[in-house]
Amino acid sequence: MPVSLLWAVDVYGRVYSLSTAGQLWEQCHDAQMEFKRVTAAQQCCWGIACDNNIYLNVHASDLPVRYQEETYENQRWNPIDGFSDRLLPSDRWQWSDVTGLQHQPLDNFRIPSDSWEWEGDWYADENFEGEPTEKGGWTYAIDFPATYTKDKKWNSCVRRRRWLRYRRYKAMDTWAKIPPQQTTLPDPFSDISCGGWEINEEPRGRLSLWAVSLQGKVWFREGIYHHNPEGSFWEDIPLPGEVVQISCGPGDLVWAVLWEGQLMVREGISRDCPKGTTWAVVDSPNPDVGATHVAVGNNVVWALTKDNKVWFRRGVNSHNPCGSGWISMVGEMIMINVGLNDQVLGIGSQDRAVYFRQGVTSSELSGKTWRAITVPRDGDRSHSSASAGSLAGCYFCGEVRAQSVVSDVESDTEKGSTDGASCLVASSSPERNPSPGEEEIKAPCAGVAISPSQSGGPLDPQWSNVDLEEAQGHPVQTGAVLDSADTCSLSSVATYTLAMEDPYGADEHPLWAWVSGGGCSVDSHSQLNWFNCSMNSVQSMNLSVTPAQTAAWRRQIFEQLSERTKREIDNFRHYEQAIEQSVWVKKGTMQWWRDWKPHKWIDVHFALEQFSGSEGNKDGILFIYYNFYEEKKYLHAFINEVTILVPVLNDSKHSFAIYTPERTKQRWPIRLAAATELEMQDWLALLSDSCCDSRVIQGPPSKQAIWSVTCKGDIFVSEPSPSLEAMPYPSPCDQMFWRQVGGHLRVVECNSVGIVWGIGYDHTAWVYTGGYGGGIFQGLSSSTDNIYTQVDAKSVYIYENQRWNPVSGYTNRGLPTDRYMWSDASGLHECTKTNMKPPSPQWTWVSDWAIDYSVSGGTDREGWQYAADFPASYHGYKTLKDFVRRRRWARKCKLTTTGPWQEIPPISLSDVTILPCAAQSSVDVVPLWAISNKGDVLCRLGVTTLTPAGSSWLHVGTDQPFKSISIGAASQVWAIAKDGSAFYRGSVSPQSPAGDCWYHIPSPAKQKLKQVSVGRTSVYTVDENGNLWYRQGVTPSYPQGSSWEHISNNVRKVSVGPLDQVWIIADKVQGSQSLSCGTVCHRLGVQPMEPKGQSWDYGIGGGWDHITVRGNSMEPPRIHLPSLTAPAPQSPLPVRNKEVNGDAVGC
Amino acid sequence: MADDKDVLRDVWFGRIPTCFILNQDEVTEREAEPYYLLLPRVSYLTLVTDKVKKHFHKVVRTDDVEEMWLEYEGTPLKWHYPIGVLFDLHASNTVLPWSITVHFKNFPDRDLLHCPSNSVIEAHFMSSIKEADALKHKSQVVNDMQKKDHKQLWMGLQNDKFDQFWAMNRKLMEYPTEEGGFRYIPFRIYQTMSDRPFIQKLFRPVSPEGNMHTLGDLLKEMCPAALPNDGEQKRYQVVIHGIEPLLETPLQWLSEHLSHPDNFLHICVTPVPSD
Repeated sequence: MPVSLLWAVDVYGRVYSLSTAGQLWEQCHDAQMEFKRVTAAQQCCWGIACDNNIYLNVHASDLPVRYQEETYENQRWNPIDGFSDRLLPSDRWQWSDVTGLQHQPLDNFRIPSDSWEWEGDWYADENFEGEPTEKGGWTYAIDFPATYTKDKKWNSCVRRRRWLRYRRYKAMDTWAKIPPQQTTLPDPFSDISCGGWEINEEPRGRLSLWAVSLQGKVWFREGIYHHNPEGSFWEDIPLPGEVVQISCGPGDLVWAVLWEGQLMVREGISRDCPKGTTWAVVDSPNPDVGATHVAVGNNVVWALTKDNKVWFRRGVNSHNPCGSGWISMVGEMIMINVGLNDQVLGIGSQDRAVYFRQGVTSSELSGKTWRAITVPRDGDRSHSSASAGSLAGCYFCGEVRAQSVVSDVESDTEKGSTDGASCLVASSSPERNPSPGEEEIKAPCAGVAISPSQSGGPLDPQWSNVDLEEAQGHPVQTGAVLDSADTCSLSSVATYTLAMEDPYGADEHPLWAWVSGGGCSVDSHSQLNWFNCSMNSVQSMNLSVTPAQTAAWRRQIFEQLSERTKREIDNFRHYEQAIEQSVWVKKGTMQWWRDWKPHKWIDVHFALEQFSGSEGNKDGILFIYYNFYEEKKYLHAFINEVTILVPVLNDSKHSFAIYTPERTKQRWPIRLAAATELEMQDWLALLSDSCCDSRVIQGPPSKQAIWSVTCKGDIFVSEPSPSLEAMPYPSPCDQMFWRQVGGHLRVVECNSVGIVWGIGYDHTAWVYTGGYGGGIFQGLSSSTDNIYTQVDAKSVYIYENQRWNPVSGYTNRGLPTDRYMWSDASGLHECTKTNMKPPSPQWTWVSDWAIDYSVSGGTDREGWQYAADFPASYHGYKTLKDFVRRRRWARKCKLTTTGPWQEIPPISLSDVTILPCAAQSSVDVVPLWAISNKGDVLCRLGVTTLTPAGSSWLHVGTDQPFKSISIGAASQVWAIAKDGSAFYRGSVSPQSPAGDCWYHIPSPAKQKLKQVSVGRTSVYTVDENGNLWYRQGVTPSYPQGSSWEHISNNVRKVSVGPLDQVWIIADKVQGSQSLSCGTVCHRLGVQPMEPKGQSWDYGIGGGWDHITVRGNSMEPPRIHLPSLTAPAPQSPLPVRNKEVNGDAVGC
Repeated sequence: MADDKDVLRDVWFGRIPTCFILNQDEVTEREAEPYYLLLPRVSYLTLVTDKVKKHFHKVVRTDDVEEMWLEYEGTPLKWHYPIGVLFDLHASNTVLPWSITVHFKNFPDRDLLHCPSNSVIEAHFMSSIKEADALKHKSQVVNDMQKKDHKQLWMGLQNDKFDQFWAMNRKLMEYPTEEGGFRYIPFRIYQTMSDRPFIQKLFRPVSPEGNMHTLGDLLKEMCPAALPNDGEQKRYQVVIHGIEPLLETPLQWLSEHLSHPDNFLHICVTPVPSD
């Protein structure tokens, strides 16, 4: 789990945050003023301060908030001046936006608020559609508006160029006032709630922010997204009543509480309309007691009534935001909040502690019990000392004073309350604080009209909500006002005086006023240390590197055990062993995908016989006993010949595949299925152990290891033999032995000093911890330390297909020849919302089906894509020729496993690369570059062998998003932009780890590149049509090279290692029995003078998706054939290479 | 850094070099050669001394042969204690190899249990495992196991198959994370200076306040004499598997990693040798 924050405000208005990994409430020292309420998202926190202004605290990230301003300079040619800024009267502005309609001179651009700063000055963009332009960035056309080209032609009468300037949001990790509205709002805000980030992913970082004003009006903040964190303006949302409090969930739920105690539900919230359209009213859970507070999540609504009872709303979802009924829950709360994953937080009415609802899962949204968060706060000492006097009342004092001139009555009330309280003030201080809050409630009641619903209450609603939590908390604590039917009569003076006898007479534990879990990523798997600070010693042993692991007692045991071995065994190894080793057999029944046609699963007996091998290592044979036309036969494989065991989980079979070199050549593994998942895992773990034993492989992978990932996300690692890259006879790569490592990744990248990073399907970045095992490998085949929970998520897609007919338009009635109306992408298989299962039993659904708008080619507003017929190319708008349409539905699923991986929050990545060659020492910084999943180029700082996770990201500016990156052994950084062209980063060196500028390198003709890998000197790329390209002419003085040379087709990915060895994932590799896609292949014949190699050797596959050989810097033993021992080969190898060769000669 | 898993291996593969010598009083047909063997610390004497028996049978007059029993410096060795415990308790400061005297006569019925066959050892071993699991998990884990699983544990020990044994024993070592450990720690404290065979009482791995109990906590409650008083010279050494863990070692960790295959943590308290 990434570390995230829970935010809370105490009754003194101080803001605190609690980390999910922490055990201390940390005060937000930046806050100069007191806050009333906060509402958090993962990237920021909003708050209402006691000056009634709204403040925003954007969490610092290594990825800056950077906004690209652009404007166009337009020129027309005339015979006298040539191109000049003298345009025709009918022309566009000389400085305009891209359409030419808006006048945009450079000095019209202003930074929107004090929280922004300019990053540099304006400059002309030299890049045009992935191609460098002539000097100046001008593009030419016949006239405005027209198609622009980068070359000037004889008929080019106009030209334009784009100017760019970046501004940066600088107010990170600090409370910045959001800029005031042009027309100031009529009254100050009293409640605020943000959410809605799951409604629409575009634009990135979009948020809905709802606010309630003191007069009970509701406002919606427009235009909040990543590049505009403050939003643009407030929009008034019409209301049928007066609202006291509002809550907005991560999705499309928005509920509000009305003064009269009913609840309102916002309907019509959708992707295109995050504000929603109408309100529906829901009655209070208890007809006699009005609702006072509501909190919504993704699929839940919790509410409080005035008697502090807690209620859970049944049956709430996107289609029915109102839900179906109330369920009374245990506990008495004065405030409640729903955080991420529908986790619930509350503030107890009795003790004002923050409570966490334990046991909330997607299947049990109401959870199990309330548990108080008992961690201490930093500065607790100052709390007790300060609270005694002056500070105690400051929470609302500024405001109260401002309003207190209203009437005489007010001063009376004030006196009353103070009098009532005074007797206890001496002994206990915090009670002073409610008093001003309460007087403020009282204050206006004399002057302003009474709202009709308040039968006896002489109070004006618009004031009391300022201090809602106070006002409603106290009556119930004392029970004094409960019985009054009046909804918001709030506290009386008497209740306050009574309340003072309450637990917080003694100033021992913090009193909380508000909590927000909107940024707090906790789920049912999370291990939180919030509840009992002393209970963690055992768990921490397993969970993280703690002092427990380096503790003296542990060291002592390790040392003494090794001394004992020396003392008692080492000198006596020639003694006979008391117990002789023997054969151990494990048997079972399984199903086998039989070798002969028709292929099908048949029942077989399965046995593994293990015995001591010739050199003392263990070995074994596995037997598959089957019946062939009534005849008993068996198939066997030697454990020491097995090269890999691959789990193949799907929803019907718990199966796995066993490969030997022979089976790899055939592309036809032994496939076996166990009866249950558990049985399969037992067998896999046992067989895997047995294989590792027979090859004497144990513990973590070496630094030279080759890592690969299957299309199911399973991770495999192979120890390269020194002869793997030998010339001219490398060891065949179908003989490589692969063993599985726990975890689930899409990409893994490593280097030769043992730094390994991975990227999950959900783009989370992970760093390898040095452990082994995890996943199905438990017990002995797994390290105890360094194994962590890993969560991954992905979407499953199905398509809804429709055909047009003249009568009813588009319907789900297709032609008899048509595809299924609900299908997979190919249309060949029927996939409906109900029959679709998660990809394997490991995955569970975490969302409902939703229309996916992010399909390539675009969609219309309902997500449809149109075409003339199935199958065809689809477009996102309807034309007259279109007779069919389809739309994609997505459903998210999640997998939880374990493995030697630790998350590197918070930035999601799409690619990563690590400098492949060896670092000199463990403190040497290793260059690591990455692409965020939004296309930003990032450079990781502080990566060393001791701290492989590094410390922070350095953002490297680009003018367009990128998708692939690779750094070579000499710090050559190559990258591929989203438009398919390549870039070379100049001047990257240890002194300047981020380099200075990008050099644009055109892609091979008519091809869009998609991936790059750079070895010692070689640069290889793969394009979107599966072609593998080698960069010709790369020299130290001209590192960009000169041209692309085609090497191969049917290539999915390439990995070039520190020896310039080339490995790929290839599609369509023909075996003797079957064809495989996604096969690991090794380029043969690669030599310093022949870096392109000659042919391919085929290894494990299919179903492989990624490989990295960048850890293997082991120079092969050089075989001196007589003909090749001629005088020194004229190789341009660096010196380092020779040294290694020197060592290797002895081999 | 070494892994906790290595501790399990080290414990399992602990061996004591032993020299078996035939008792002088036995009537032999010819000179009896001593017999040298590496004894597994975690096993039982009668389970691993078949070879010894065969070796001496060759020289002893057959009509004199009764049940074999072993003795070290006058102390008959109880076969139902793990070998490592016997060594740590009686011979930890001896010069290696450990010299054990073999008897075929005058079986000391008062001191030793008879061990007519391996099934007696198996019954003893399995009852220890069950007793330990009763303490750790109210017997839930061991009762959930099938007969063949029990057999796997025993066969693992009998045949010295670490993987086979731990594939099953792993389940006996699990506990709910939120509890922080087993219900009670199965332990036995042996003292040479006491007449009681050993101390075994109920002791929880976690204190009511939620702190992890340590080896020191256990000894303080069960055997305070073993702990040195302030400023005093250490009088006793606390030995588990031939090593002396620090007193601040968490008891739960010890129980998971330094228990014998019978799932008990066998702790030997012996006087510090005076040299």
